[in-house]
Amino acid sequence: MSVLAVRDLEVRRGLRHVVRGVSVDVSRGEIVAVMGASGTGKTSVLRAVAGIDPIAAGTVAIDGLQLSAGPLPRGETLRQLHRRVGMVFQFHHLFEHLTALHNVWLALVHVQRQPQADAEKKARALLEHLGVGDRADAMPRELSGGEAQRVAIARALAVGPPLLLMDEPTASLDPARRGELAATLRQLASEGRTLVVATHDEEFARVCAHRVLIMEEGRVAR
Amino acid sequence: MTHERRSRIVWALCVASAALAVDLSAQTLELRWGGDAEGGAPFVEADANDPSRVVGFEVDIATMLAEGLGRTPRFIQTGFTTIDASVARGDFDIGLSGIEDSYARRTRLAVTVPYYRFREILTVRAADATRLRTLADLRGRRVATLAATLAFELLTAAEKEHGLTVVPYEDDVHPYTDLAIGRVDAVLLDEVLAERGVRHHPGLTNQPTSVGVGYYVGILAPENTALRGRIDEILKQAMRDGRLEAIFRRWMMWNDDQRDLYARVTADESGRAPQPQTGGASDLSVWGATRRYLPSLLTATVITLVLSVLSMVLAILVGMLIASGRVYGPAPVKALLTGWVELIRGTPLLLQLFVIYYGLATVVQLPAFLAALIGLGLNYGAYESEIYRSALESVPSGQLDAARTLGFTDRQTLMLIRGPQALRLALAPMTNDFVALLKDSSLVSLITVVELTKQTTIFASNIGSWFVPGLVCAALYLALSLPVSHLARRLEKTWRRT
Repeated sequence: MSVLAVRDLEVRRGLRHVVRGVSVDVSRGEIVAVMGASGTGKTSVLRAVAGIDPIAAGTVAIDGLQLSAGPLPRGETLRQLHRRVGMVFQFHHLFEHLTALHNVWLALVHVQRQPQADAEKKARALLEHLGVGDRADAMPRELSGGEAQRVAIARALAVGPPLLLMDEPTASLDPARRGELAATLRQLASEGRTLVVATHDEEFARVCAHRVLIMEEGRVAR
Repeated sequence: MTHERRSRIVWALCVASAALAVDLSAQTLELRWGGDAEGGAPFVEADANDPSRVVGFEVDIATMLAEGLGRTPRFIQTGFTTIDASVARGDFDIGLSGIEDSYARRTRLAVTVPYYRFREILTVRAADATRLRTLADLRGRRVATLAATLAFELLTAAEKEHGLTVVPYEDDVHPYTDLAIGRVDAVLLDEVLAERGVRHHPGLTNQPTSVGVGYYVGILAPENTALRGRIDEILKQAMRDGRLEAIFRRWMMWNDDQRDLYARVTADESGRAPQPQTGGASDLSVWGATRRYLPSLLTATVITLVLSVLSMVLAILVGMLIASGRVYGPAPVKALLTGWVELIRGTPLLLQLFVIYYGLATVVQLPAFLAALIGLGLNYGAYESEIYRSALESVPSGQLDAARTLGFTDRQTLMLIRGPQALRLALAPMTNDFVALLKDSSLVSLITVVELTKQTTIFASNIGSWFVPGLVCAALYLALSLPVSHLARRLEKTWRRT
């Protein structure tokens, strides 16, 4: 059964069509790599699915929740969406004024209303699991690219979404770290998470993904 | 440019400056006299038919003096409270603007013989005429007057003795309008102003007994004794031949008090009689006066501090509201708030204070302190909002996207993620604004709040010098602002470290 079903998705940036009629299905526990040159619409597909950019035409269904063309989802739809989808950004976008640990537990306490002690414990365990437990008290600007990447993954995973979207996750990693990340994603998939990863990195896609989609000029070429 | 051409220009400049020097020497044939046309009739005021001219009894006296000296009179506008300092530094030859004789003036300036004797008159609302007849009846009540005058000194003394509150004004019109609408309970000023006040406000009445007596004099720079001597002679001659009487009759100010005064002045060879009435700091040494004024300067410092802190709190709240409206609100709200910010930033703070205190008085009579607080708070709120808006907008939009994907509402994003980061960016400009606000709070003296600068002005006017009061005032302002800057620097350092 597909966790994500995208049908004839169109996304516009101003007057320009950046995504033109993309359709794709992704099953539970599957890792799909979306590849293509810069500006082919990979990131735009992810942003539309995450509810950050509006859908111009088509539909997106995530675990039974349907998004369609129109303004950005709000209210209950938005809450439902964020229970289903997490996103890790290319530049991490950690909250600069909070420690790594605080970045991870913030949504658990304020969005999911968990007690802070539990949330902190969970956040610390996630950071340990991703190999950055010793950096829990560091501020974002004190983290290396790879560390920030893993903190951002921990932050997205903390709220427990079944679908995780990742934009260029290897951009700031050295080859050894890429291997580690691929292993981490494989493990997440084996635990039942679904991952859609936009990347330039053919090697990473080959090692990590179950399936690779190639995008060209806003369409899935193959 | 060739050397020849350059020297020709230099030569032309020399000729021009020589011509200017000739012109300046011609000015010594003028009698430059200073006064405050805001003081209004019958002293000095702009002529209603030709606002470029001034009229009033002081104008007539200046004309008479100029004639006697064989000069042409030229009026120079100057603020009432700075006439002493202006004449001392040579801005004009003589100050004539209902200037009261005092020991301070006699020790620091060359003072002419007195040419008008006035009584200090208590003005009250007609309904209070039988209840409020003397200063002793005014316990616990607010009494208005003009700052840095004999009446102000009399009231300051009565403040302790009779437990009344002195409300000093910068002009002699608003004490009476505020008495009429009930903001104050009485006005103590000289009879010339009291008569005018009662004429303009039919609901007011003057008490028959005078509270004190004073004299109008002309003041000259201390080294200008020769000119003062010639002016004294002209004044005495005018007292004898009836020209001064004619002037005061024309302005409906003549009475028997003047006959007595003129008899005494013209009979006295020294020309220094009578002695002025005193009761304030004007007869003390500078250090004696400083010691005496220090408690009131410290009280005024507390008022400045409390007013500034409360105004800043209001400004921060207003600024945050406006900034959130401009960043998050719908288009009409954004347009409205932008218009408001431009209106506030594009008009003088002083005008805003006047509108809030005097302009709204017919609708709502705000107490002076509250009006000052609202005026400063709204004005600085507009500036704060710009700081917060740009600080909010400088938090990377990627973090906002991240917050959205984590399920934070817009409000939570503002409170937990965007606001705290913006606050750190805004701290330095906010500190600057607070220090500026501390100093701008001096403007509220114009709506009768006695804060630090106002108290210093009163101090300086009464001792006739700005040197010591200026130093004390500067030290007190620095004592307020330096800790703020220091605290802000420390906070910034701490935040940079975390």
